[in-house]
Amino acid sequence: MRLSPDEIVYWQYGPIKLNATIVFTWGIMLVLAIGSMIITRRLQPGHKRSRWQNLLEIIVTGIEAQIGEIGLSSPRQYVGFLGTIFLFIAFSTLCTVIPGFESPTGSLSTTIALALCVFVAVPFYGIKEKGLGSYLKSYVKPTFIMLPFNIISEISRTMALAVRLFGNMMSGAMIIAILFTITPFLFPIIMTLFGLLTGLVQAYIFSVLAAVYIAAATVTHKTKTEPKTEEQ
Amino acid sequence: MIIDWFVIAAQAFNFLLLIWLMKRFLYKPILKAIDAREKLIAEKLADADRKEAAAQAEQKEFQQKNEEFEQRHAELLSQATSEAESQRRRLLNEASEEADNLRAKRQEMLIHDAQKLDRAIGLRTQEEVFAIARKALADLSSDSLEERICEVFTRRLRDMGSEEKERLIKALSAQSGTAQLNSAFELSQAQRNNMQKTLGELFPTEIRLKFKTVPELIGGIELVANGHKIAWNIADYIASLEESVDRLIKEGRSNEP
Repeated sequence: MRLSPDEIVYWQYGPIKLNATIVFTWGIMLVLAIGSMIITRRLQPGHKRSRWQNLLEIIVTGIEAQIGEIGLSSPRQYVGFLGTIFLFIAFSTLCTVIPGFESPTGSLSTTIALALCVFVAVPFYGIKEKGLGSYLKSYVKPTFIMLPFNIISEISRTMALAVRLFGNMMSGAMIIAILFTITPFLFPIIMTLFGLLTGLVQAYIFSVLAAVYIAAATVTHKTKTEPKTEEQ
Repeated sequence: MIIDWFVIAAQAFNFLLLIWLMKRFLYKPILKAIDAREKLIAEKLADADRKEAAAQAEQKEFQQKNEEFEQRHAELLSQATSEAESQRRRLLNEASEEADNLRAKRQEMLIHDAQKLDRAIGLRTQEEVFAIARKALADLSSDSLEERICEVFTRRLRDMGSEEKERLIKALSAQSGTAQLNSAFELSQAQRNNMQKTLGELFPTEIRLKFKTVPELIGGIELVANGHKIAWNIADYIASLEESVDRLIKEGRSNEP
């Protein structure tokens, strides 16, 4: 039984390989990028606009609102990163209804890559907001003894992000494959629908957790600066 | 399960590339369009606020002007009413004065006409009386009317009372014996001599007479000396006749509706 689309290799030259994960990721990237390009090419700033523009505006403003609700003060600068995570995972999940499509998020390599991006983005935004010294100090809070625990926490939660997404997506695909062999007609359809739901929930969870981590890395700075701004 | 680091790196790169693509083709244009729309809406709202403020200001100005106009209208109406009232009174007064003047003129004209008529009646009566008397005297005797008048006047002088005679003597002496004899008709020389003779018999002093013809005496004759006068004429009779004619005319007018 195949557990990951990584196992489907189309072309390989030494360590460099072109497997289904990369190919379907490119496919998703192409569809998202070209679709966005086509829709946003004729945007109307007025009240009369196309339904596709309305859809994209709803998605973008919804993402921005969610980020704002999580606690990030200026949500617009995080929309690019967090929104893309959500859209990539959600679109990958939705495309599983296409026969023959292998979701890239079913590959541990993809989920690790996404988790690593979050792992890098958290200190990036933390340093950007708070400065390097202030961000590094957050690892020794409340006491210096907490430093190893904080580092472990950073790594483990990144791992958890990757494994959670991979486990959910892989398990869903595996359940469908198993059921397909047992009851080939009804149950795989129902489970595919469940898989869609699970995949969308996972996309939401992944992006919200990433937002929470970024917010945790930047929130201290905010609480300290607020009194200063009041004094000014 | 194998973790393929090349695939991880490739997927990380792909993801970063996707972030860039999505920012380039999705987020920026969409957020830009949303911002432009919000700006447009904000501008429209601000414009609407400005217009509302301007409309309110214009409404206030209009109300103020309307009130001023109403006030001015009321003032002008009141002024025009008072002017019309004064004009009406003035015109009424003028009309009343004019009517009074016309009435006075008419009355004056009527009086003048009546006087003229009276005079005409008097003259006509005189002429008629003279004509009748002359005719009667001519029929009855050979004396003329003028002779009879002279005779009556002579008798009057002779029948004069002593007191009257004394006053006449004083008047004649004050005018150094000169007197004037006025008559309605031209006296003949014989009648003049007769008069001179009668006066010479009645008064001790010599009296120089000046004869003058005065038609207004109406068939009479009078002796005037220093304001004192002795006369006989038929004017008294005619005056009495005029009075009775006047009375008759007035009675006729009062009986008119």
